[in-house]
Amino acid sequence: MKNITSLIAGFIFALGLGLSGMMNPLKVKMFLDVTRTWDPALAFVMIGAIAVYAILFRLILKRESPVCEKSFSLPTKTVLDKKLLVGSALFGVGWGLAGICPGPAFANLASGAMNIFVFVAVMVLSMFAVKALEK
Amino acid sequence: MNIVEHITWMEALGGGALIGLAGSFLLFANGKIAGISGIAGSILKAKSNDRLWRVLFILGLVIGGFVIVYQNPNNTILIEVPSLYRSIIAGLFVGVGTALGSGCTSGHGVCGISRFSKRSIIATCIFMFFGFLTVWMGF
Repeated sequence: MKNITSLIAGFIFALGLGLSGMMNPLKVKMFLDVTRTWDPALAFVMIGAIAVYAILFRLILKRESPVCEKSFSLPTKTVLDKKLLVGSALFGVGWGLAGICPGPAFANLASGAMNIFVFVAVMVLSMFAVKALEK
Repeated sequence: MNIVEHITWMEALGGGALIGLAGSFLLFANGKIAGISGIAGSILKAKSNDRLWRVLFILGLVIGGFVIVYQNPNNTILIEVPSLYRSIIAGLFVGVGTALGSGCTSGHGVCGISRFSKRSIIATCIFMFFGFLTVWMGF
């Protein structure tokens, strides 16, 4: 059951990405281009997503447990370590270079564009490599 | 600074709300945070009973992507695909960065900020700033 709900969640997530414009790297880059011609649309994406999630998150956590699992799995780390700071900076550079973050990268595989497959392959392999080295 | 004439704020708010809804559904049903880099990056090292849902979430993203591409071709990647070198280098930065920093736009930017997580708020400020900087410098 948890696998089907997960598939549905991913599906709705991609519809949101597509509708909002986040699947278009040009639009993402125009959001990041503050000093020239700025497109503030992605700020509204964040506002819409956070407004919904911030409320529902608190309502959902009033439950003892999620529907398909025994317990909620929430991040527990609270320390601002060097990995968080350096990793986020590197991610920002990559995001600025291509205008693509992980969610839209996967959703854009549907376009069939060869370079998106390359982007996703390099991205996923480097995630795996970092996770493997961390242990 | 100029601002674009036509701001697609309705689509942006609506799409954002859908993203928030999808994340909430994943939390409600499975108790998981909808952070794409975390879901994908841990596929290999996850325990066997913790793996399939990750793969299926990503599959759901791709299927949803198909719907978008065929419903609304003007709003998709097809407008501008990065060059091969750019794709390789950006993919490397995004992959290493999100794995080290434990999150991306969805996990830190949406879920983390909503939870008022200090780590996520700082992470989002940093990746936004470096994104701005990279575009500003003309890369």
